[in-house]
Amino acid sequence: MRRLVILGGGTAGTMVANKLRAQYTPGELEITVVDRDDNHHYQPGYLFLPVGIYSDDKIVRSRHHFIPDGVELVLGEIDRVDAPRKVVHLEDGRELYYDTLVIATGVEPRPDLTPGADSPDVHHFYDLPHASALTEAFKEFRGGRLVVHLTDMPIKCPVAPLEFTFLADAYFRERKSRKKVEIVYVTPLDGAFTKPIASRELGTMFEKRDIGLEADFAVERIDTEAKELISFDDRHVPYDLLVSIPLNVGPEYVARSGLGDDMNLVPCDQHTMRSLEHPDIFVLGDGGTLQTSKAGSVAHFSVDVFMENWPYYLAGEPLPHSFDGHANCFIETGHGRGMLLDFNYGTQPFTGGFPLPLVGPMTLLGESRANHLAKLAFRFVYWDFLLRGRPLPFTTDMHLLGKNVEGEASGTSNKDLLLSPFKRKPAKPATKSRKSSRPRPAPHPDPQRSRPPSSASRTKTPTPAQPVPDYVAAKGVDSTADAADILPDPIIPKF
Amino acid sequence: MPTTRIGGRAIDVNDEGFLTAYNQWDEDLAPVLAGYAGVEELTDEHWKVLKFLRADYPAREETATLRRVAKTGGFDMKELFRLFPGKPAKKMAYIAGLPKPKGCV
Repeated sequence: MRRLVILGGGTAGTMVANKLRAQYTPGELEITVVDRDDNHHYQPGYLFLPVGIYSDDKIVRSRHHFIPDGVELVLGEIDRVDAPRKVVHLEDGRELYYDTLVIATGVEPRPDLTPGADSPDVHHFYDLPHASALTEAFKEFRGGRLVVHLTDMPIKCPVAPLEFTFLADAYFRERKSRKKVEIVYVTPLDGAFTKPIASRELGTMFEKRDIGLEADFAVERIDTEAKELISFDDRHVPYDLLVSIPLNVGPEYVARSGLGDDMNLVPCDQHTMRSLEHPDIFVLGDGGTLQTSKAGSVAHFSVDVFMENWPYYLAGEPLPHSFDGHANCFIETGHGRGMLLDFNYGTQPFTGGFPLPLVGPMTLLGESRANHLAKLAFRFVYWDFLLRGRPLPFTTDMHLLGKNVEGEASGTSNKDLLLSPFKRKPAKPATKSRKSSRPRPAPHPDPQRSRPPSSASRTKTPTPAQPVPDYVAAKGVDSTADAADILPDPIIPKF
Repeated sequence: MPTTRIGGRAIDVNDEGFLTAYNQWDEDLAPVLAGYAGVEELTDEHWKVLKFLRADYPAREETATLRRVAKTGGFDMKELFRLFPGKPAKKMAYIAGLPKPKGCV
Protein backbone atom coordinates (compact mmCIF):
# COMPACT_ATOMS: atom_id res chain seq x y z
CA MET A 1 0.00 0.00 0.00
CA ARG A 2 1.18 3.46 -0.88
CA ARG A 3 0.87 6.35 1.55
CA LEU A 4 -0.08 9.81 0.28
CA VAL A 5 -0.08 12.79 2.61
CA ILE A 6 -1.75 15.99 1.42
CA LEU A 7 -0.81 19.11 3.37
CA GLY A 8 -3.72 21.54 3.20
CA GLY A 9 -7.43 20.79 2.82
CA GLY A 10 -8.26 23.83 0.70
CA THR A 11 -9.27 23.96 -2.94
CA ALA A 12 -6.39 21.96 -4.42
CA GLY A 13 -5.93 19.50 -1.54
CA THR A 14 -9.61 18.63 -1.33
CA MET A 15 -9.90 18.15 -5.09
CA VAL A 16 -6.91 15.80 -5.20
CA ALA A 17 -8.21 13.76 -2.25
CA ASN A 18 -11.58 13.33 -3.96
CA LYS A 19 -10.19 12.45 -7.36
CA LEU A 20 -7.67 9.90 -6.07
CA ARG A 21 -10.14 8.33 -3.65
CA ALA A 22 -12.54 7.81 -6.56
CA GLN A 23 -9.84 5.87 -8.44
CA TYR A 24 -8.16 3.84 -5.72
CA THR A 25 -9.44 1.87 -2.76
CA PRO A 26 -8.06 2.68 0.72
CA GLY A 27 -6.27 -0.69 0.53
CA GLU A 28 -4.37 0.50 -2.55
CA LEU A 29 -3.70 4.07 -1.54
CA GLU A 30 -3.85 5.48 1.96
CA ILE A 31 -4.73 9.17 1.81
CA THR A 32 -4.27 11.59 4.72
CA VAL A 33 -5.16 15.28 4.56
CA VAL A 34 -3.63 17.63 7.14
CA ASP A 35 -5.02 21.05 7.99
CA ARG A 36 -4.97 23.30 11.02
CA ASP A 37 -8.75 23.54 11.37
CA ASP A 38 -12.05 22.20 10.06
CA ASN A 39 -13.17 25.40 8.30
CA HIS A 40 -13.16 25.43 4.52
CA HIS A 41 -13.49 29.01 3.27
CA TYR A 42 -14.84 29.98 -0.13
CA GLN A 43 -12.10 32.57 -0.57
CA PRO A 44 -13.57 34.38 -3.63
CA GLY A 45 -16.42 35.33 -1.31
CA TYR A 46 -14.30 37.59 0.95
CA LEU A 47 -14.33 40.26 -1.71
CA PHE A 48 -18.11 40.48 -1.67
CA LEU A 49 -18.50 40.99 2.07
CA PRO A 50 -17.52 44.66 2.43
CA VAL A 51 -19.70 45.75 -0.50
CA GLY A 52 -22.69 43.88 0.90
CA ILE A 53 -23.16 41.26 -1.84
CA TYR A 54 -22.59 38.28 0.51
CA SER A 55 -22.92 37.57 4.19
CA ASP A 56 -20.29 35.44 5.94
CA ASP A 57 -22.54 32.38 6.41
CA LYS A 58 -22.16 31.76 2.67
CA ILE A 59 -18.40 31.55 2.91
CA VAL A 60 -17.45 28.90 5.51
CA ARG A 61 -18.29 25.19 5.60
CA SER A 62 -16.80 22.17 7.35
CA ARG A 63 -13.77 20.63 5.65
CA HIS A 64 -15.01 17.17 6.72
CA HIS A 65 -18.06 17.70 4.56
CA PHE A 66 -15.90 17.72 1.41
CA ILE A 67 -13.30 15.13 2.35
CA PRO A 68 -14.54 11.75 1.06
CA ASP A 69 -15.00 8.61 3.13
CA GLY A 70 -11.81 6.61 3.38
CA VAL A 71 -9.61 9.70 3.61
CA GLU A 72 -8.29 10.65 7.03
CA LEU A 73 -8.46 14.33 7.95
CA VAL A 74 -5.80 15.16 10.54
CA LEU A 75 -6.20 18.49 12.30
CA GLY A 76 -2.98 20.03 13.59
CA GLU A 77 -0.24 22.58 12.91
CA ILE A 78 2.59 21.40 10.69
CA ASP A 79 6.00 21.78 12.31
CA ARG A 80 8.13 20.71 9.36
CA VAL A 81 8.66 18.25 6.54
CA ASP A 82 11.74 16.05 6.65
CA ALA A 83 11.96 15.43 2.92
CA PRO A 84 14.97 13.05 2.93
CA ARG A 85 13.23 10.80 5.50
CA LYS A 86 9.77 11.36 4.00
CA VAL A 87 8.03 12.28 7.21
CA VAL A 88 5.85 15.21 8.25
CA HIS A 89 6.22 16.37 11.86
CA LEU A 90 3.22 18.04 13.46
CA GLU A 91 3.67 20.52 16.30
CA ASP A 92 1.98 18.17 18.76
CA GLY A 93 4.64 15.55 18.07
CA ARG A 94 2.66 13.35 15.69
CA GLU A 95 4.62 12.01 12.72
CA LEU A 96 3.12 11.14 9.35
CA TYR A 97 5.23 8.97 7.06
CA TYR A 98 4.57 9.26 3.34
CA ASP A 99 5.60 7.80 0.03
CA THR A 100 4.22 10.81 -1.83
CA LEU A 101 3.62 14.29 -0.44
CA VAL A 102 1.32 16.91 -1.93
CA ILE A 103 1.95 20.42 -0.62
CA ALA A 104 -1.31 22.33 -0.99
CA THR A 105 -1.04 24.81 1.87
CA GLY A 106 -1.02 27.83 -0.45
CA VAL A 107 0.04 31.28 0.65
CA GLU A 108 -1.15 33.51 3.46
CA PRO A 109 -1.49 37.28 3.84
CA ARG A 110 1.32 38.61 6.06
CA PRO A 111 0.74 42.26 7.01
CA ASP A 112 3.40 41.87 9.71
CA LEU A 113 6.09 41.90 7.00
CA THR A 114 5.48 45.57 6.12
CA PRO A 115 6.07 48.10 8.93
CA GLY A 116 2.75 49.58 10.02
CA ALA A 117 0.59 47.25 7.93
CA ASP A 118 -0.52 45.05 10.86
CA SER A 119 -2.27 47.96 12.58
CA PRO A 120 -6.03 47.45 13.12
CA ASP A 121 -6.64 50.64 11.08
CA VAL A 122 -5.11 49.07 7.98
CA HIS A 123 -7.66 46.89 6.22
CA HIS A 124 -7.60 44.06 3.72
CA PHE A 125 -10.02 41.37 2.55
CA TYR A 126 -7.73 38.33 2.30
CA ASP A 127 -9.16 36.50 5.30
CA LEU A 128 -12.55 36.44 6.98
CA PRO A 129 -11.78 38.53 10.12
CA HIS A 130 -10.24 41.33 8.02
CA ALA A 131 -13.01 41.22 5.40
CA SER A 132 -15.57 41.47 8.24
CA ALA A 133 -13.71 44.41 9.84
CA LEU A 134 -13.58 46.14 6.47
CA THR A 135 -17.32 45.59 6.08
CA GLU A 136 -17.86 47.61 9.27
CA ALA A 137 -15.36 50.29 8.21
CA PHE A 138 -17.19 50.68 4.89
CA LYS A 139 -20.54 51.11 6.63
CA GLU A 140 -19.10 53.87 8.82
CA PHE A 141 -17.12 55.64 6.09
CA ARG A 142 -18.78 58.99 5.45
CA GLY A 143 -16.36 60.33 2.86
CA GLY A 144 -12.71 61.15 2.26
CA ARG A 145 -9.85 59.41 0.54
CA LEU A 146 -10.13 55.64 0.03
CA VAL A 147 -6.78 54.14 -0.95
CA VAL A 148 -6.61 50.58 -2.32
CA HIS A 149 -3.00 49.45 -2.15
CA LEU A 150 -1.21 46.35 -3.42
CA THR A 151 2.02 45.64 -1.48
CA ASP A 152 3.78 43.29 -3.89
CA MET A 153 3.26 40.45 -6.32
CA PRO A 154 2.58 37.59 -6.33
CA ILE A 155 -0.73 37.57 -4.46
CA LYS A 156 -3.68 35.21 -4.45
CA CYS A 157 -6.14 36.20 -7.16
CA PRO A 158 -4.06 39.04 -8.63
CA VAL A 159 -7.12 40.82 -10.05
CA ALA A 160 -8.92 41.00 -6.70
CA PRO A 161 -7.54 44.45 -5.74
CA LEU A 162 -8.74 45.89 -9.08
CA GLU A 163 -12.06 44.15 -8.70
CA PHE A 164 -12.42 45.51 -5.18
CA THR A 165 -11.71 49.02 -6.46
CA PHE A 166 -14.49 48.75 -9.07
CA LEU A 167 -16.92 47.33 -6.52
CA ALA A 168 -16.09 50.12 -4.04
CA ASP A 169 -16.75 52.71 -6.76
CA ALA A 170 -20.13 51.09 -7.49
CA TYR A 171 -20.92 50.74 -3.77
CA PHE A 172 -20.52 54.47 -3.10
CA ARG A 173 -22.31 55.43 -6.34
CA GLU A 174 -25.29 53.31 -5.36
CA ARG A 175 -25.35 55.06 -1.98
CA LYS A 176 -25.16 58.47 -3.71
CA SER A 177 -22.00 59.28 -1.76
CA ARG A 178 -19.41 58.80 -4.49
CA LYS A 179 -18.81 62.57 -4.78
CA LYS A 180 -17.62 62.60 -1.18
CA VAL A 181 -15.23 59.70 -1.75
CA GLU A 182 -11.93 60.02 -3.60
CA ILE A 183 -10.62 56.61 -4.73
CA VAL A 184 -6.92 56.03 -5.43
CA TYR A 185 -5.35 52.74 -6.56
CA VAL A 186 -1.68 52.25 -5.57
CA THR A 187 0.36 49.49 -7.22
CA PRO A 188 4.02 48.40 -7.36
CA LEU A 189 3.52 47.52 -11.05
CA ASP A 190 3.82 50.08 -13.82
CA GLY A 191 0.07 50.45 -14.22
CA ALA A 192 -3.29 49.04 -13.18
CA PHE A 193 -3.25 46.92 -16.34
CA THR A 194 0.16 45.63 -17.32
CA LYS A 195 -0.50 43.47 -20.39
CA PRO A 196 -0.68 45.35 -23.70
CA ILE A 197 -4.16 44.33 -24.90
CA ALA A 198 -5.79 44.52 -21.46
CA SER A 199 -4.20 47.90 -20.97
CA ARG A 200 -5.54 49.12 -24.33
CA GLU A 201 -9.06 47.75 -23.74
CA LEU A 202 -9.37 48.57 -20.07
CA GLY A 203 -7.04 51.53 -19.65
CA THR A 204 -9.96 53.95 -19.63
CA MET A 205 -11.88 52.10 -16.91
CA PHE A 206 -10.15 54.16 -14.24
CA GLU A 207 -10.78 57.50 -15.97
CA LYS A 208 -14.42 56.66 -16.62
CA ARG A 209 -14.91 55.88 -12.94
CA ASP A 210 -12.78 58.77 -11.71
CA ILE A 211 -10.31 56.49 -9.93
CA GLY A 212 -6.82 57.88 -9.36
CA LEU A 213 -3.69 55.82 -10.03
CA GLU A 214 -0.32 55.81 -8.26
CA ALA A 215 1.95 53.31 -10.10
CA ASP A 216 5.49 51.99 -9.46
CA PHE A 217 4.94 52.42 -5.75
CA ALA A 218 7.21 50.18 -3.65
CA VAL A 219 5.97 50.64 -0.11
CA GLU A 220 8.55 51.03 2.66
CA ARG A 221 6.13 51.56 5.55
CA ILE A 222 2.68 52.72 6.53
CA ASP A 223 2.54 55.64 8.95
CA THR A 224 -0.78 55.09 10.71
CA GLU A 225 -0.36 58.28 12.79
CA ALA A 226 0.02 60.58 9.79
CA LYS A 227 -2.25 58.24 7.74
CA GLU A 228 0.18 57.92 4.86
CA LEU A 229 1.72 55.23 2.70
CA ILE A 230 5.44 55.97 2.26
CA SER A 231 7.51 54.48 -0.58
CA PHE A 232 11.23 53.73 -0.77
CA ASP A 233 11.67 56.74 -3.05
CA ASP A 234 9.93 58.88 -0.43
CA ARG A 235 6.58 59.40 -2.09
CA HIS A 236 3.74 59.95 0.39
CA VAL A 237 0.16 58.87 -0.35
CA PRO A 238 -2.30 60.13 2.28
CA TYR A 239 -5.48 58.20 3.09
CA ASP A 240 -8.58 58.34 5.25
CA LEU A 241 -9.51 54.69 4.75
CA LEU A 242 -6.77 52.28 3.69
CA VAL A 243 -7.19 48.85 2.13
CA SER A 244 -3.67 47.43 1.81
CA ILE A 245 -3.29 43.94 0.34
CA PRO A 246 -0.43 42.41 2.37
CA LEU A 247 2.52 40.47 1.09
CA ASN A 248 1.42 36.88 0.39
CA VAL A 249 3.98 34.26 1.39
CA GLY A 250 4.00 30.51 1.91
CA PRO A 251 3.66 29.11 5.43
CA GLU A 252 6.62 29.17 7.82
CA TYR A 253 6.86 25.36 7.99
CA VAL A 254 8.02 25.47 4.35
CA ALA A 255 10.94 27.68 5.37
CA ARG A 256 11.69 25.52 8.44
CA SER A 257 11.78 22.48 6.18
CA GLY A 258 14.24 24.12 3.77
CA LEU A 259 11.78 23.63 0.92
CA GLY A 260 11.01 27.26 0.01
CA ASP A 261 12.42 30.26 -1.80
CA ASP A 262 12.58 33.76 -0.29
CA MET A 263 8.76 33.96 -0.33
CA ASN A 264 8.41 30.44 1.18
CA LEU A 265 7.16 29.17 -2.18
CA VAL A 266 8.26 25.65 -3.14
CA PRO A 267 10.18 25.68 -6.44
CA CYS A 268 8.34 23.33 -8.80
CA ASP A 269 8.29 22.31 -12.45
CA GLN A 270 6.13 24.71 -14.50
CA HIS A 271 4.36 21.87 -16.30
CA THR A 272 4.13 18.96 -13.84
CA MET A 273 4.04 20.80 -10.47
CA ARG A 274 6.69 18.35 -9.23
CA SER A 275 9.19 19.71 -6.71
CA LEU A 276 12.48 20.51 -8.47
CA GLU A 277 14.39 19.03 -5.55
CA HIS A 278 12.32 16.09 -4.32
CA PRO A 279 10.65 13.86 -6.96
CA ASP A 280 8.09 12.52 -4.46
CA ILE A 281 6.79 15.97 -3.58
CA PHE A 282 4.22 17.79 -5.72
CA VAL A 283 3.00 21.36 -5.13
CA LEU A 284 -0.61 22.06 -6.06
CA GLY A 285 -2.55 25.28 -5.63
CA ASP A 286 -0.91 28.57 -4.69
CA GLY A 287 2.12 27.31 -2.75
CA GLY A 288 4.48 26.67 -5.66
CA THR A 289 6.34 28.78 -8.19
CA LEU A 290 4.10 28.40 -11.27
CA GLN A 291 4.45 31.55 -13.35
CA THR A 292 0.72 32.05 -13.64
CA SER A 293 -1.98 33.50 -11.41
CA LYS A 294 -2.44 32.13 -7.92
CA ALA A 295 -6.10 31.30 -8.40
CA GLY A 296 -8.68 28.58 -7.94
CA SER A 297 -8.93 28.06 -11.69
CA VAL A 298 -5.21 27.32 -11.84
CA ALA A 299 -5.54 24.90 -8.90
CA HIS A 300 -8.36 23.16 -10.76
CA PHE A 301 -6.61 22.91 -14.15
CA SER A 302 -3.27 21.88 -12.65
CA VAL A 303 -4.90 19.18 -10.49
CA ASP A 304 -6.35 17.71 -13.71
CA VAL A 305 -2.85 17.48 -15.19
CA PHE A 306 -1.51 16.00 -11.93
CA MET A 307 -4.20 13.29 -12.11
CA GLU A 308 -3.31 12.45 -15.72
CA ASN A 309 0.34 12.12 -14.77
CA TRP A 310 -0.28 10.08 -11.61
CA PRO A 311 -0.22 6.60 -13.25
CA TYR A 312 3.07 7.44 -14.97
CA TYR A 313 4.49 8.73 -11.70
CA LEU A 314 3.54 5.46 -9.98
CA ALA A 315 5.19 3.49 -12.76
CA GLY A 316 8.35 5.57 -12.30
CA GLU A 317 8.13 6.93 -15.85
CA PRO A 318 8.58 10.48 -17.13
CA LEU A 319 5.42 12.56 -16.71
CA PRO A 320 3.94 13.09 -20.20
CA HIS A 321 1.14 15.54 -19.49
CA SER A 322 1.99 19.19 -19.31
CA PHE A 323 0.18 22.07 -17.59
CA ASP A 324 0.04 25.19 -19.79
CA GLY A 325 -0.51 27.79 -17.05
CA HIS A 326 -4.19 28.10 -17.93
CA ALA A 327 -6.04 30.61 -15.73
CA ASN A 328 -9.52 31.93 -16.08
CA CYS A 329 -10.91 34.64 -13.89
CA PHE A 330 -14.14 36.51 -13.49
CA ILE A 331 -13.73 40.15 -12.52
CA GLU A 332 -16.65 42.02 -11.02
CA THR A 333 -16.80 45.56 -12.31
CA GLY A 334 -19.79 46.76 -10.28
CA HIS A 335 -23.44 47.51 -11.05
CA GLY A 336 -24.19 43.85 -11.80
CA ARG A 337 -21.60 43.53 -14.54
CA GLY A 338 -18.44 41.52 -14.84
CA MET A 339 -15.52 40.62 -17.10
CA LEU A 340 -13.88 37.34 -17.97
CA LEU A 341 -10.17 36.75 -18.55
CA ASP A 342 -8.68 33.59 -20.02
CA PHE A 343 -4.93 33.18 -20.52
CA ASN A 344 -1.91 30.91 -20.01
CA TYR A 345 1.91 31.01 -19.92
CA GLY A 346 2.21 31.96 -23.58
CA THR A 347 -0.78 34.17 -24.26
CA GLN A 348 -2.06 37.32 -22.67
CA PRO A 349 -5.80 37.90 -22.12
CA PHE A 350 -7.51 38.62 -25.49
CA THR A 351 -10.86 40.11 -26.39
CA GLY A 352 -13.57 37.91 -27.92
CA GLY A 353 -16.06 35.35 -26.66
CA PHE A 354 -15.68 32.33 -24.41
CA PRO A 355 -17.86 29.50 -25.66
CA LEU A 356 -19.13 27.79 -22.53
CA PRO A 357 -21.54 24.92 -23.08
CA LEU A 358 -24.96 25.39 -21.43
CA VAL A 359 -24.12 28.90 -20.25
CA GLY A 360 -23.47 30.37 -23.70
CA PRO A 361 -20.89 32.85 -24.90
CA MET A 362 -19.22 34.99 -22.27
CA THR A 363 -17.53 38.24 -23.19
CA LEU A 364 -13.77 38.18 -22.84
CA LEU A 365 -12.01 41.30 -21.64
CA GLY A 366 -15.23 43.33 -21.80
CA GLU A 367 -18.04 43.97 -19.34
CA SER A 368 -21.34 42.07 -19.41
CA ARG A 369 -24.14 41.01 -17.09
CA ALA A 370 -23.70 37.34 -18.09
CA ASN A 371 -20.18 37.42 -16.69
CA HIS A 372 -21.45 38.80 -13.38
CA LEU A 373 -24.16 36.13 -13.10
CA ALA A 374 -21.63 33.42 -13.89
CA LYS A 375 -19.42 34.66 -11.08
CA LEU A 376 -22.27 34.54 -8.59
CA ALA A 377 -23.25 31.07 -9.80
CA PHE A 378 -19.71 29.84 -9.40
CA ARG A 379 -20.08 29.59 -5.61
CA PHE A 380 -22.51 26.71 -6.09
CA VAL A 381 -20.27 25.11 -8.69
CA TYR A 382 -17.37 25.36 -6.24
CA TRP A 383 -19.08 23.59 -3.33
CA ASP A 384 -21.03 21.03 -5.30
CA PHE A 385 -18.80 20.15 -8.24
CA LEU A 386 -15.26 21.45 -8.09
CA LEU A 387 -14.22 20.35 -4.58
CA ARG A 388 -15.86 16.97 -5.01
CA GLY A 389 -13.87 16.36 -8.17
CA ARG A 390 -16.89 16.23 -10.46
CA PRO A 391 -16.27 17.21 -14.07
CA LEU A 392 -16.87 20.81 -15.13
CA PRO A 393 -17.61 22.07 -18.62
CA PHE A 394 -14.24 23.85 -18.87
CA THR A 395 -11.10 22.42 -20.39
CA THR A 396 -7.75 22.12 -18.75
CA ASP A 397 -5.73 23.36 -21.71
CA MET A 398 -6.42 26.89 -22.80
CA HIS A 399 -7.65 27.28 -26.38
CA LEU A 400 -7.97 30.22 -28.71
CA LEU A 401 -11.42 29.45 -30.17
CA GLY A 402 -13.56 32.58 -30.04
CA LYS A 403 -10.64 34.80 -29.10
CA ASN A 404 -9.44 37.72 -31.19
CA VAL A 405 -5.82 36.71 -31.34
CA GLU A 406 -3.35 39.51 -31.91
CA GLY A 407 0.20 40.46 -31.11
CA GLU A 408 2.38 38.03 -29.28
CA ALA A 409 0.31 34.87 -29.51
CA SER A 410 -0.05 34.77 -33.30
CA GLY A 411 2.61 32.94 -35.22
CA THR A 412 3.96 31.17 -32.17
CA SER A 413 3.48 27.56 -31.22
CA ASN A 414 -0.08 28.11 -30.15
CA LYS A 415 -1.74 26.75 -33.28
CA ASP A 416 -2.86 23.63 -31.48
CA LEU A 417 -4.76 25.82 -29.08
CA LEU A 418 -7.20 26.54 -31.89
CA LEU A 419 -8.45 22.97 -31.59
CA SER A 420 -11.92 22.49 -30.28
CA PRO A 421 -11.98 23.51 -26.65
CA PHE A 422 -13.91 20.46 -25.61
CA LYS A 423 -11.62 17.82 -26.98
CA ARG A 424 -8.66 17.10 -24.81
CA LYS A 425 -5.74 15.68 -26.72
CA PRO A 426 -3.60 13.34 -24.66
CA ALA A 427 0.13 13.78 -25.04
CA LYS A 428 0.47 10.06 -25.74
CA PRO A 429 -2.08 8.18 -27.83
CA ALA A 430 -2.61 5.31 -25.40
CA THR A 431 -3.17 5.85 -21.72
CA LYS A 432 -1.93 3.26 -19.29
CA SER A 433 -4.21 0.48 -18.28
CA ARG A 434 -5.53 0.66 -14.76
CA LYS A 435 -3.83 -2.56 -13.89
CA SER A 436 -0.33 -1.28 -14.56
CA SER A 437 -1.04 1.89 -12.65
CA ARG A 438 -1.96 0.29 -9.34
CA PRO A 439 0.08 1.84 -6.57
CA ARG A 440 3.04 -0.21 -5.50
CA PRO A 441 4.79 0.01 -2.18
CA ALA A 442 7.57 2.51 -2.55
CA PRO A 443 11.03 1.95 -1.19
CA HIS A 444 11.02 3.70 2.12
CA PRO A 445 13.36 4.15 5.02
CA ASP A 446 12.30 1.86 7.85
CA PRO A 447 10.40 4.11 10.26
CA GLN A 448 11.64 2.28 13.34
CA ARG A 449 15.28 2.45 12.42
CA SER A 450 15.34 5.81 10.72
CA ARG A 451 13.10 7.80 13.01
CA PRO A 452 15.23 10.56 14.45
CA PRO A 453 14.82 11.56 18.06
CA SER A 454 11.96 14.02 18.05
CA SER A 455 13.67 16.77 20.04
CA ALA A 456 16.75 16.72 17.84
CA SER A 457 14.71 16.92 14.67
CA ARG A 458 12.75 19.92 15.93
CA THR A 459 15.79 22.04 16.59
CA LYS A 460 17.26 21.56 13.14
CA THR A 461 18.05 24.91 11.57
CA PRO A 462 16.25 25.70 8.34
CA THR A 463 18.18 24.95 5.18
CA PRO A 464 18.81 28.17 3.26
CA ALA A 465 16.94 28.66 -0.01
CA GLN A 466 18.76 27.71 -3.21
CA PRO A 467 21.74 30.04 -3.68
CA VAL A 468 21.93 32.26 -6.77
CA PRO A 469 24.62 30.99 -9.14
CA ASP A 470 27.55 33.18 -10.17
CA TYR A 471 27.16 35.53 -13.11
CA VAL A 472 28.85 34.33 -16.29
CA ALA A 473 29.43 36.78 -19.15
CA ALA A 474 28.54 35.48 -22.61
CA LYS A 475 28.55 36.95 -26.10
CA GLY A 476 25.03 37.70 -27.35
CA VAL A 477 23.57 35.65 -30.20
CA ASP A 478 21.80 37.57 -32.98
CA SER A 479 18.17 36.97 -33.88
CA THR A 480 17.59 34.50 -36.71
CA ALA A 481 14.74 36.60 -38.13
CA ASP A 482 14.71 37.35 -41.85
CA ALA A 483 16.65 40.54 -42.58
CA ALA A 484 13.62 41.94 -44.44
CA ASP A 485 11.48 41.60 -41.29
CA ILE A 486 13.80 43.55 -39.01
CA LEU A 487 12.35 46.89 -37.96
CA PRO A 488 14.86 49.70 -38.48
CA ASP A 489 13.95 51.50 -35.25
CA PRO A 490 13.92 50.04 -31.77
CA ILE A 491 10.69 49.72 -29.79
CA ILE A 492 11.28 51.58 -26.56
CA PRO A 493 9.00 50.82 -23.59
CA LYS A 494 7.36 53.73 -21.80
CA PHE A 495 9.39 54.54 -18.72
CA MET B 1 6.98 38.97 -32.33
CA PRO B 2 8.95 41.91 -33.74
CA THR B 3 12.67 41.95 -34.39
CA THR B 4 14.44 45.29 -34.11
CA ARG B 5 17.92 46.63 -34.57
CA ILE B 6 19.56 47.56 -31.27
CA GLY B 7 23.20 48.57 -31.11
CA GLY B 8 23.60 47.43 -34.73
CA ARG B 9 22.39 43.89 -33.95
CA ALA B 10 19.14 42.05 -34.79
CA ILE B 11 17.29 41.53 -31.50
CA ASP B 12 13.90 39.88 -30.82
CA VAL B 13 11.60 41.91 -28.61
CA ASN B 14 7.96 41.77 -27.50
CA ASP B 15 5.30 44.31 -28.47
CA GLU B 16 6.40 46.56 -25.64
CA GLY B 17 10.10 46.43 -26.52
CA PHE B 18 11.45 44.02 -23.88
CA LEU B 19 13.98 41.45 -25.10
CA THR B 20 12.51 37.97 -25.46
CA ALA B 21 15.64 35.78 -25.82
CA TYR B 22 17.93 35.46 -22.80
CA ASN B 23 20.96 34.61 -24.96
CA GLN B 24 20.69 37.63 -27.28
CA TRP B 25 21.71 40.06 -24.53
CA ASP B 26 25.31 40.79 -23.72
CA GLU B 27 27.32 43.39 -21.85
CA ASP B 28 27.76 45.53 -24.97
CA LEU B 29 23.99 45.80 -25.41
CA ALA B 30 23.34 46.98 -21.83
CA PRO B 31 24.61 50.58 -22.25
CA VAL B 32 22.41 51.01 -25.36
CA LEU B 33 19.33 49.74 -23.48
CA ALA B 34 20.28 51.90 -20.49
CA GLY B 35 20.27 54.94 -22.78
CA TYR B 36 16.73 54.10 -23.97
CA ALA B 37 15.64 53.71 -20.34
CA GLY B 38 17.03 57.12 -19.43
CA VAL B 39 19.96 55.80 -17.39
CA GLU B 40 22.90 57.88 -18.63
CA GLU B 41 25.84 55.86 -17.34
CA LEU B 42 26.21 52.32 -16.04
CA THR B 43 28.46 52.45 -12.98
CA ASP B 44 29.89 49.51 -11.04
CA GLU B 45 26.85 49.75 -8.74
CA HIS B 46 24.52 49.39 -11.73
CA TRP B 47 26.50 46.41 -13.01
CA LYS B 48 26.31 44.58 -9.69
CA VAL B 49 22.52 44.73 -9.85
CA LEU B 50 22.36 43.76 -13.54
CA LYS B 51 24.67 40.79 -12.99
CA PHE B 52 22.56 39.61 -10.06
CA LEU B 53 19.43 39.77 -12.24
CA ARG B 54 21.12 37.89 -15.10
CA ALA B 55 22.48 35.17 -12.78
CA ASP B 56 19.18 34.79 -10.94
CA TYR B 57 16.95 34.44 -14.01
CA PRO B 58 17.76 31.07 -15.68
CA ALA B 59 16.85 28.72 -12.81
CA ARG B 60 13.65 30.57 -11.92
CA GLU B 61 12.67 31.72 -15.41
CA GLU B 62 11.28 34.81 -13.79
CA THR B 63 12.77 38.26 -13.35
CA ALA B 64 13.54 38.94 -9.71
CA THR B 65 11.14 41.40 -8.08
CA LEU B 66 12.54 44.47 -6.35
CA ARG B 67 11.93 42.70 -3.06
CA ARG B 68 13.98 39.71 -4.17
CA VAL B 69 16.81 41.91 -5.50
CA ALA B 70 16.96 43.66 -2.13
CA LYS B 71 16.51 40.59 0.08
CA THR B 72 18.38 37.85 -1.78
CA GLY B 73 20.79 40.07 -3.72
CA GLY B 74 21.60 42.08 -0.61
CA PHE B 75 21.00 45.50 -2.20
CA ASP B 76 19.56 48.51 -0.39
CA MET B 77 16.09 49.33 -1.68
CA LYS B 78 16.63 53.10 -1.59
CA GLU B 79 19.88 52.61 -3.50
CA LEU B 80 17.99 50.74 -6.24
CA PHE B 81 15.65 53.72 -6.60
CA ARG B 82 18.66 56.05 -6.83
CA LEU B 83 20.36 53.90 -9.50
CA PHE B 84 17.23 53.32 -11.61
CA PRO B 85 15.05 56.32 -10.78
CA GLY B 86 11.26 56.27 -11.03
CA LYS B 87 10.63 52.73 -12.22
CA PRO B 88 13.52 50.61 -10.93
CA ALA B 89 11.91 47.18 -11.45
CA LYS B 90 11.00 47.93 -15.06
CA LYS B 91 14.27 49.69 -15.90
CA MET B 92 16.50 47.00 -14.35
CA ALA B 93 14.66 44.23 -16.17
CA TYR B 94 14.83 46.09 -19.50
CA ILE B 95 18.52 46.91 -19.28
CA ALA B 96 19.33 43.32 -18.22
CA GLY B 97 17.41 42.00 -21.26
CA LEU B 98 14.82 40.18 -19.13
CA PRO B 99 10.98 40.19 -19.13
CA LYS B 100 9.33 42.92 -17.12
CA PRO B 101 7.92 41.86 -13.73
CA LYS B 102 4.51 40.30 -14.22
CA GLY B 103 1.07 41.55 -13.43
CA CYS B 104 -2.04 39.68 -14.39
CA VAL B 105 -4.05 41.90 -16.76
